[in-house]
Amino acid sequence: MSHDHHNMVSVSVTVNGESRTEECEARMLLVHFIREKLGLTGTHWGCDTSNCGVCVVSVDGQPVKSCTMLAAMADGAELTTVEGLETADGLHPIQQGFMECHGLQCGFCTPGMMIAAKSLLEQNPNPTEHEIRDGLSGQLCRCTGYHNIIKAVQFAAEKMSASEEGASA
Amino acid sequence: MQTPAPFGYERATSVDHAIQLLEQLGPEARLVAGGHSLLPMMKIRLAQPEHLIDINPLAAELGSISIDGDSLVIGAMTRHNDLLASPLVGEHFPILQDAERVIADPVVRNRGTVGGSLCQADPAEDLSAALSALHATATIRGSSGSRSVPVRELHVGPYETVVGDAEILTEIRVPIRNGCGSAYEKVERRVGDWAIASAAAVVWMDGGIITDAGVGLAAVGADHFVSPAAEAALRGQQPTEDVIVAAAAAAAAECNPSTDQRGPAEYKRHLAGELTARALRRAVARAQGGQ
Repeated sequence: MSHDHHNMVSVSVTVNGESRTEECEARMLLVHFIREKLGLTGTHWGCDTSNCGVCVVSVDGQPVKSCTMLAAMADGAELTTVEGLETADGLHPIQQGFMECHGLQCGFCTPGMMIAAKSLLEQNPNPTEHEIRDGLSGQLCRCTGYHNIIKAVQFAAEKMSASEEGASA
Repeated sequence: MQTPAPFGYERATSVDHAIQLLEQLGPEARLVAGGHSLLPMMKIRLAQPEHLIDINPLAAELGSISIDGDSLVIGAMTRHNDLLASPLVGEHFPILQDAERVIADPVVRNRGTVGGSLCQADPAEDLSAALSALHATATIRGSSGSRSVPVRELHVGPYETVVGDAEILTEIRVPIRNGCGSAYEKVERRVGDWAIASAAAVVWMDGGIITDAGVGLAAVGADHFVSPAAEAALRGQQPTEDVIVAAAAAAAAECNPSTDQRGPAEYKRHLAGELTARALRRAVARAQGGQ
């Protein structure tokens, strides 16, 4: 096994709008890079096997399981983590939905769930219940039974399409 | 915490560069595309390459889906979600979208690639069965040029392909022929899991007769992911229920499932037959609907 300089990499990302560059081992997974190097612990680290989806972050606009991507692979990418959902106008409609509809209990799955839900609504602003369940099928929640998560996403969808109409009116 | 063993990391900037790196770094180097099969294996140290060559920068060069003459060409770096969303794929080969809908979950499909799945050569891999049934060919490139291999000859065993140490799978070509209908059926323990068993069916029809057929099977120990006996039972026949049931029985008899945590061998054999019949009925209906 070689331990030359190729085992270390420099990774530059834009995370939630901020440019960051950090050195790390080539084998460092993106989830640990985000938590340990960028100090953003809102992204959770769960099953380690790309099953549970708590580590989902947005990479160049697409949700990705960050336990199954090397930090090195994200060099040059634009990342959005749960910390990046809130804007100057306040909580993102998805965050409001999870709050209003009681879309979380322990909260462990919530960051990944919200990032995946945001992407779902960007692709499909008015999803059916089935489409929401299918779209979030890579995210596990052991508390809610999913019912209130579905309601939270529906709340966000309505809120976002209402503000869209308001904006175009 | 599961972490891969240390490795040297290289990033390929072109297909030629990737081949050059493979030659330079030797047989302990591996290409990584989406990484959703390789990285989990590296975390539990089932795979321990000394070097990883990241080919994600080749997504533009190898990631397109197009028609070339009488073939649908799928670049090896095509992400699963892009295959699922492609109108060209839906128009010609709905079987690939049937299969994509049940490969992992939408987030994993954002990263995983068609070429990566084929080269991982998991015995339960869905596209291997579907593309084998479609009589697709794989284009493999090395420093001395490209060669073409039928997908049904790509796999030489579990996790083993004919792609050489210093070669890269660049594209899949699926022949487009008239009168084609295709479908994929899978049973899994839970959403997003590997198949307990799955079946791929393709028929080419002319004047109410099946002129050619492809029957693929995943997760049930079928040699090269196909059932030649089932295909022989279909060729030259009208697609009656009797013919379909006979072909399904041939597929069930020909495969070689083993008992594991996903179920007993006999259950999987039963599924192989039943899913072959269901896929064939849908493939025939699609072929007739398209005529």
